[in-house]
Amino acid sequence: MAQLGTTQDQKESGLTRLIAWLGRLFVAVIIPLLAFLVIYFGFIFLRDTKADRWVIASVAIIWGVGGVALLYWVFNGIVERMPDQWRMRLTPFVFVGPALVILFWYLAFPVVRTFWLSLFGRDGPPQGANILQALQSDAFVGLSNYVSLFSERLLQEAMRNNLMWIVFGSTLSVALGLIVATLADRSKFERGAKSLIFLPMAISFVGASVIWNFMYETRPVELPQIGLLNAIVVGLGGQPHPWDKWIAIAPWNNLFLILIVIWLQTGYSMVLFSAALKGIPEEIIEASRVDGATEIQIFLRIMIPYIMGTIITVWTTIVIFTLKIFDVVWVMTGGQFGTHVIATQFYRQSFTARNSGVGSAIAIILLLAVVPVMIYNLRQFKEQEAF
Amino acid sequence: MGKQTRTNVILVNTILVLIVIIWSIPTLGLFISSFRNRFDIQTSGWWNVFPHREWETVLVADPKELNLDPDSVMTVEGVQGTFDQLREGVSSPDGKTQVIWVGNKRLGRIEVQKQVWTVTWDFTLDNYKQILTPSSYEITKADGTTEEVPGQNMTQAFINSLAVSIPSTIIPILIAAFAAYGFAWMHFPGRRTFFIMVIGLLVVPLQIALVPILRDYNTLGLNGTFLAVWLAHTGFGLALATYLLFNYISTLPRETMESAFIDGASHFTVFTKLVLPLSVPALASFAIFQFLWVWNDYLVALTFLGTDPSFKVVTQRLADLTGTFGSDWHLLTAGAFFTMLLPLAVFFALQRYFVRGLLAGSVKG
Repeated sequence: MAQLGTTQDQKESGLTRLIAWLGRLFVAVIIPLLAFLVIYFGFIFLRDTKADRWVIASVAIIWGVGGVALLYWVFNGIVERMPDQWRMRLTPFVFVGPALVILFWYLAFPVVRTFWLSLFGRDGPPQGANILQALQSDAFVGLSNYVSLFSERLLQEAMRNNLMWIVFGSTLSVALGLIVATLADRSKFERGAKSLIFLPMAISFVGASVIWNFMYETRPVELPQIGLLNAIVVGLGGQPHPWDKWIAIAPWNNLFLILIVIWLQTGYSMVLFSAALKGIPEEIIEASRVDGATEIQIFLRIMIPYIMGTIITVWTTIVIFTLKIFDVVWVMTGGQFGTHVIATQFYRQSFTARNSGVGSAIAIILLLAVVPVMIYNLRQFKEQEAF
Repeated sequence: MGKQTRTNVILVNTILVLIVIIWSIPTLGLFISSFRNRFDIQTSGWWNVFPHREWETVLVADPKELNLDPDSVMTVEGVQGTFDQLREGVSSPDGKTQVIWVGNKRLGRIEVQKQVWTVTWDFTLDNYKQILTPSSYEITKADGTTEEVPGQNMTQAFINSLAVSIPSTIIPILIAAFAAYGFAWMHFPGRRTFFIMVIGLLVVPLQIALVPILRDYNTLGLNGTFLAVWLAHTGFGLALATYLLFNYISTLPRETMESAFIDGASHFTVFTKLVLPLSVPALASFAIFQFLWVWNDYLVALTFLGTDPSFKVVTQRLADLTGTFGSDWHLLTAGAFFTMLLPLAVFFALQRYFVRGLLAGSVKG
């Protein structure tokens, strides 16, 4: 400090440096501050406004999307004004940082937190207690949530049903998708047929539930049936039944719920198999035809082995999917009539019964069920030398 | 050989068309029913809009004028039966005529019915009007009287769904694209470890996060806001988005990037001016995927958007309808089809991109 202003030269350069420094400060502090203010007031506006729906929705969309883009721009601007060494070091984290933070907050860390909650009673660990205090409190129950899950009928039923979902749901979706893809490959109507089979993919589970509730609608036997399935059954001389809500045939009434997901998912497996089948070299099939193989032999001995990789991928995807099935069961039966699955029990325990201990334990079981797939994915990744 | 091939082609097409018809019937039934008036929906199957044979009364007569004795076997229009049989309705041997005694023995009447081809066509837009309007709505019944019914205001839910879906689609794509670029073209400590984390999180079920995130939202006062749902969908879709976009962005030609760096461009410039425009096909594929996922989502909205009816999205409103109006099929069919309109439009317009996205993706948690 004492050296400052000893000569005119130094004074001047000190002044310009100060101005430059102030300018930098302005850019580095004021602009980000302005950006944050804009984002903050957007938030306040959206929280408190009573404006028209369309206005709120438009502002929300612009604020949300624009806000994220603005944050990247601001952070990048800050980092670019730093000394070279810091800039080099920090730029990558401007790019990957937000994604990592969100993934950590929304998926990675919740695994630990949910496991922690699963060790406590229905209200979780006591408020404000640290780890040691929580472990010593009465709320800590150890693994007894898990024990009660496996000994109580409700989760046993849910697990049995989930097993049915996995066995019938995924197998039939894969088989039907494969059949349709093979047939469509040899047909003139390929594009139209595939479009229509694929169409249910665009329908929500809630929408599909309404569609199939209508298909299964039951009327007393003396009235005309307005549900197609019962109309056919009655037309053939049978009795109308409530199908998915038909407790007498439990657990087989689950099949009528599984059918809905087969209807939705076959399009997915068909699209993937169709692409895989088109990858089979024509020469192989021609050669086996010349050798006198029948179409069925070609299908079983050449096509299926050739696309086995795709079959496994599709099958795993649908297994994971059916493991987490929730919407269909929740909307169709609410878990009654012996149709609860793991995800509906999770929801019921966590949000209806408000028992966060048991609910979290169910979530952990769901996670354990997908661990083999996770390990498989990681192993596949490590085999790729590219990264 | 030639003949066998032709039978094969016919067989293939027949089976395929059969499957397609079976697959389309449920949606078709919903679509047709949503335009039928509510009396028709409740009393006859939707397939009655197709030509079918129905008994139509061609003659009504007083039994006394026909000199019929209800206590013995009677013959009308070539049909024989006792009173009890005629009460149930008796068909002529050729099945074309049916005679029914309506009412009791003393004051009844005889109805002669013939089978005729007919369609039940009485289509209406009333179901949609009732679903969409926020105020109460007046419907005119068949007998001319009117009735006030409450509107279901699904228009509002539609706007809410848009406000949820559009940012929930764009935000994760933007964040994932930045991250994918970082992983593909930058060097930093922990790059491999972090990417392994992304791969590991691909299949983590979102149920694992619902309770902890809900607690965070309670602390932050975010519950029931659009922001809460955007962030949740971003978190749950980000792993797959990063993985897919990485697969695409890492295959962009190295020379293009390097020449830009030599010209002095920063990473940010290269990303916004070069990589984003080049990645449009991949971005579009994932966008459609994510949009359909978010629009059709029920669980995340149910958990984080709460119970305030004015913020509910279409899937929530539709699920509510099935709860409260379980057998009011005129409302449910119209409501369900209304929620499907936008995803179906997106699906048909951009099917190729959607398929491409599916082929690129593996599994989603």
